[in-house]
Amino acid sequence: MRVLALIAAGSAVALAGCATSPPTLYTWGSYEELIYVSHADPGKVAVEEQVQIMEKDYQQARAANKRMPPGWHAHLAHLYYQLGRADQVRQELLTEKADFPESAVFVDRLLANLEKR
Amino acid sequence: MSLRRLVQLALCCAALSTLGACQTVQPYDYTNFHAHAPRSILVLPPLNQTTHVEGTYGYLSTVTFQVAELGYYVFPVEVVDQFFQENGMPTAGEMHQVPPGRVFEITGADAVMFITLEEYGTTYKVIDSSTVVKVHAKLVDTRTQLLIWEGQGAAVQSSSGGSSNILAKLIAAAVSQAINSSVDRAHGVSRLANANLFRSKNIGLPYGPYSPQYNTPY
Repeated sequence: MRVLALIAAGSAVALAGCATSPPTLYTWGSYEELIYVSHADPGKVAVEEQVQIMEKDYQQARAANKRMPPGWHAHLAHLYYQLGRADQVRQELLTEKADFPESAVFVDRLLANLEKR
Repeated sequence: MSLRRLVQLALCCAALSTLGACQTVQPYDYTNFHAHAPRSILVLPPLNQTTHVEGTYGYLSTVTFQVAELGYYVFPVEVVDQFFQENGMPTAGEMHQVPPGRVFEITGADAVMFITLEEYGTTYKVIDSSTVVKVHAKLVDTRTQLLIWEGQGAAVQSSSGGSSNILAKLIAAAVSQAINSSVDRAHGVSRLANANLFRSKNIGLPYGPYSPQYNTPY
């Protein structure tokens, strides 16, 4: 047991030492894991709960002055859409576009589709 | 040199070789890449060639992290998947048939990434089990349809065996914990396969515009 603990400690140090991992560019929170869970075990985490988790991640990122990853706000918009919260869908899509201008063509298309429905 | 330092060095090299960084390989020819270096990448759901249907999203839900952290705008994979499904392309196979020029029109993406999932899952043997994820990725410029990068990534995690397996578990644990991962072993191993696919020296995906290391090699 002690040997295992030592190996674990040594490996952790070694990994930390050689990876020289810089801090991540973004706060990832549960973005990818929510996508995973929603497919692997549909209904396990209700959409309302997914939204709450993402909103909480966002508060923490704001507090740490860190950015959300590309696609994050559009994904949250997608969750709001499932809850019928159209104003928040719009707001999140506009935030995606403001944060990442590369998304403009796609976001504008999604906004146009939203108006049609 | 202390024993502790030696152990650290040995483990360090083992960890690196697990990630494929210690291998000497023929460098990738980045001529096309540099001529059409993308800012934004649209990753389609993978073409799943395995018998494990859960692999499609088990893998897709791990790919954004590496590509975005390399410095690219990555389109929201779930929203993109839903969008294509609602527009008459219910499967990854059909999405992969969409011409890159059409992807550009619809989304404005500079490049589209076509990933094939070649292996995904856990094989159980008498005293042991082994989880394997193997992928092949092609990055295509949407304006010219030129292939600008391609690569392969694989990772294996065994339930028993030598120190390299323990290390693989530790890497998986470190990566997973940082992003709050969960249960399916191949889902976790996908993250190792992605590190191997995108981050291998001389053959990986170069840094993108949002990275502080943009325009520097690995």
